[in-house]
Amino acid sequence: MTLRVLAVDDSRTMRNLLSAALAQAGFDVHLAEDGADGLQRLADTAPDVVITDINMPRLDGFGFIEAIRMSGDNRNVPILVLTTESAPELKARARTAGATGWIVKPFDETKLVAAIERVAIPRGAT
Amino acid sequence: MSLMITDDFRDSFFQECEDLLEAMNDGFRLMAENQHEIETVHAVFRAVHSIKGGAGAFGLDALVAFAHHFETGLDKLRAGKLDLDDTVLGLFQRCGDHLADLVGSARDEVDMDAASSAQLHGELDAIIGTVVQDDPDDAPDFQPAGLDLDLLFAPAPGGRYRILFEPWAELFRSGNDPAMLLRNLGRLGTLSARLNTDHVPPLSELECTRPHLQWELILETDETAETIADTFEFVDGLCRLEIAESATGETVRPGGCNSMPDAPTGEADATGPDTVTHGEQTQPIARTNDSKRASAATIRVDLERVDKLINLVGELVIKEAMLSQSISKIALPSENEVSVGLDSLKQLAGEIQEGVMAIRAQPVKPMFQRMSRIVREAAVATGKRVRLMTQGEHTEVDKTVLERLVDPLTHMIRNAVDHGLEDPQTRSAAGKPEEGTVILSAAHRSGRVMIDISDDGGGINRAKVRKLAEDKGLISPDADLGPAEIDNLLFLPGFSSKDEVSALSGRGVGLDVARSEVQALGGRVSITSNPGEGTTFSISLPLTLAVLEGMVIEVAGQTMVVPITAVQETLQPRTAEIHAIGQDGRVVTNRDRLVPIVDLGAIFGFRPPPETLDNHVLLLVETDNGRHCALIVDGIQDQRQVVIKSLESNYGHVNGVAAATILGDGRIALIIDPDGIIRDATGPIGGDFQLHAAR
Repeated sequence: MTLRVLAVDDSRTMRNLLSAALAQAGFDVHLAEDGADGLQRLADTAPDVVITDINMPRLDGFGFIEAIRMSGDNRNVPILVLTTESAPELKARARTAGATGWIVKPFDETKLVAAIERVAIPRGAT
Repeated sequence: MSLMITDDFRDSFFQECEDLLEAMNDGFRLMAENQHEIETVHAVFRAVHSIKGGAGAFGLDALVAFAHHFETGLDKLRAGKLDLDDTVLGLFQRCGDHLADLVGSARDEVDMDAASSAQLHGELDAIIGTVVQDDPDDAPDFQPAGLDLDLLFAPAPGGRYRILFEPWAELFRSGNDPAMLLRNLGRLGTLSARLNTDHVPPLSELECTRPHLQWELILETDETAETIADTFEFVDGLCRLEIAESATGETVRPGGCNSMPDAPTGEADATGPDTVTHGEQTQPIARTNDSKRASAATIRVDLERVDKLINLVGELVIKEAMLSQSISKIALPSENEVSVGLDSLKQLAGEIQEGVMAIRAQPVKPMFQRMSRIVREAAVATGKRVRLMTQGEHTEVDKTVLERLVDPLTHMIRNAVDHGLEDPQTRSAAGKPEEGTVILSAAHRSGRVMIDISDDGGGINRAKVRKLAEDKGLISPDADLGPAEIDNLLFLPGFSSKDEVSALSGRGVGLDVARSEVQALGGRVSITSNPGEGTTFSISLPLTLAVLEGMVIEVAGQTMVVPITAVQETLQPRTAEIHAIGQDGRVVTNRDRLVPIVDLGAIFGFRPPPETLDNHVLLLVETDNGRHCALIVDGIQDQRQVVIKSLESNYGHVNGVAAATILGDGRIALIIDPDGIIRDATGPIGGDFQLHAAR
C-alpha cells in the first residue's frame, strides 16, 4: 500500500520540492498552502502522515496541529513539523501542540523518507 | 538518492521570491504609513522566512545567512521587543533591498560584495541589542536525556543492549506509537521484548487516558547506542527510557510476550480505525479560507504561447475587417442576417482581442515598489528627506512595456529627488515641510496608460535652464522660447552633462535617453512645472505593443501608417509660410520656428518632391531628441488602431519603416518610423533648434 502524505507549506518552492521528493520516494502526495487549507485537505485525503511548516499565514503550524489533535477522524495522524533550524523552542512548542516529530530544513529526500517511515505506516498495513 | 534540483525548481523559487519580496515591501510601506497591524509584521517575517527556507534548499548560503539575520531582527519586532521607529524601519527597508539584491545575484549566479551584508549584519546586531546566536543548534533541551551516561560507557558499536521503555500519555498525544518505535528498533538487529503489565490496574480502576504498560527489550545489534537512542529522538521527554549495555546471556524475563507486540493497549490503538465521527471543528475554518483564496487563483503560462495567441487574434481582427469591407461593397440591407452576424462577430473579435491583451497585462505595483527603493537610495545620496507616495498601483500595463519602462522611470525618479526637490533648509525657508514628496501615479486614460512623476519641489528654474542651453550652444541667445519650450530643453541630447549633474542622476545618461526609451514604446513624455510648487513628468503609454494607434495616410497612391504618437499637428500651410533653403531644401514656419519639410513620397522613391504644396498636407512629427520635421502627404484617410506585423524577421531592417500592417481591405500598409526618416532627411545633428541657431 502506498503511504499517503499531506504536506502543508505556504512556500510554493517548498511545496514543489516536497512534492517532488515525496513522489520520487513513491508516496501518494497531497499538498496544502497553509494550516487552514491543510485542515480542509485533511478531511478529503485522510493521510497516513502530515508534514507541516510552522510559519504560515491564516493558521500557522501550531494552530494546525492543535486543530488536528482536538477532534476529527484524523486526530491521531502522525505529524512532522518542518523547522528551518533546530530551534529548541519551536520544537518544544510544536510538541506541546501535538507534533509527532520534526524534519530540519534544508532536507534531502533521504532525511524526509527516514523521518516519515519512522512515524508512519500506510493505513491497513501492519 | 538525493532529489534532483532542476532548473524548474530554481525558476519557481525565484518567481516565488519576487512575490515574497513584494509582500515584504507591502508590509514595510504599511509600516511607513503607520497603518500596520501585528499581522503585517508577521507577513513580513514570513516572507523573509520563506525566502530563507527556499534558499536553504538550493544551498544559497549567502542568502540564507543574511535572511537568517534579517529574520532574527524581524522576530524581535514581532515579539514586541523592538520599537518600530524611523531608524529601525529604515534599516529593515535597507535590509529588504539588500535581500532583493542577494536574491537577484543568486538568480543570476553572480557573486555579491560581502561587505554590504556584513555592514547590515552589524547594524542589525546593534538594534537587536545582542549579538545574534549564530548556531541555534546548541539546543540542550533536546539532547536525549538520561542516555548520556550510558553512552559514555558504550563507545564501541555493536553488542547487546537492554532497553526499558515506558510510554507516557504525552507520547500518545503527540501521535507517536510504541508499535512504530518497536518496529523501528527491530530493524536495527534482533529484538526480543517483554510487555510488563504489572502496573495495569483492575478494570474498575482503569483510567483509559493513562497508559500503564512498560516494555523490557533486549536488542542485539551492530549499531551504536547512539543510533538506538536516535530511534527514540521524537519521544524524548515523553517516556521513560533506559538504555544500557547488557551482559551476554541476559534475556527478557519469561512470562511476557517474546515477540513484537501487535497492538499495544491504552491509546496506542489511536492510529487504528477511526472511532470519532468527523469533527465539526475543521469545517468552518476551511470555508472562510476558501472564499479568500478564490481571488488569488492564477496559473503560469509560457509567454510564447500568449504571444502566439495575440498574433492569431490580430489575424482574426484583420480577417474580420476584410470581411466587413467586402460585405459593405455588396451593400446588403442592415437587417440582413449576414450583416447582423458580422456585427456580432465584430464585437466578439473585439472582446477576444481585449481579453487576450489583458493576459499580458500586469499591475505596475512591483515596478512602483522598485521605485520606492530608488527614492530611498536617492534620498540617502543627496541628503534629502523624501517620501514616495504611489497611486493607482493596480493599473495594468503590458508586460514588455512595464519591463522597458524601468530604466526611464528610474531616471526620472532620481531626477525628481536630485533636481526636483530642494534640500531641507531651502524647503523650511520656503515654508514647506522639510520632507519632500514624490508622487508616482498610474491610471488608464482614453485607451492609454498615464504615469506621472510629481515632486513638490521648487519647479524648473527656467532662467538657469535657458542659460545652460545657451552656454552649450543648444539654442541661440536670442531665441524666443515660452515656458513650456524652455522646460522641454531638458530633453535635448547634450543638455545634461556630467559637470553639473550630480553623481546620482548623472551616470552619463540624460533625460533625452529616458525620453527616447519611452518613445520607443510608443509613448510620450511631457513636463509641467510651476515655480515654487513642483514639477510633473507625465508619461503616456499605449496599453500594448501589439496594436498601434495610427494615422492612415496616402502618398503617391500608396497607403501608409504614421504612429499617432509622433504626429503633433497637421498643417495646410500658406505659401508665405514655406521658405526655400539651399538648392532644394524647404522649411515651414510653425510657432515661430522653422521646421524642415520632407516628402514621404520622395524618401521612399515613389516620386520626385512636388513643386507646390497646394494639394498636400503637412504632418508635423516630433521624434526622439525633440527633433521636428514636416512630412508631405497627399491625404489623410483615417485614424485607427492597426495590428503591428514585424517586417524585420522576413526582410531585415528598412530605414524609415518600423513595421507593416494589414488594412481592412487586405492591403498591406507600411508603418513609417518618423525617427528614421528625420535622421535620414536632416542628418545626424539636424533639428529645429539648430535651425534656430542658424537664423
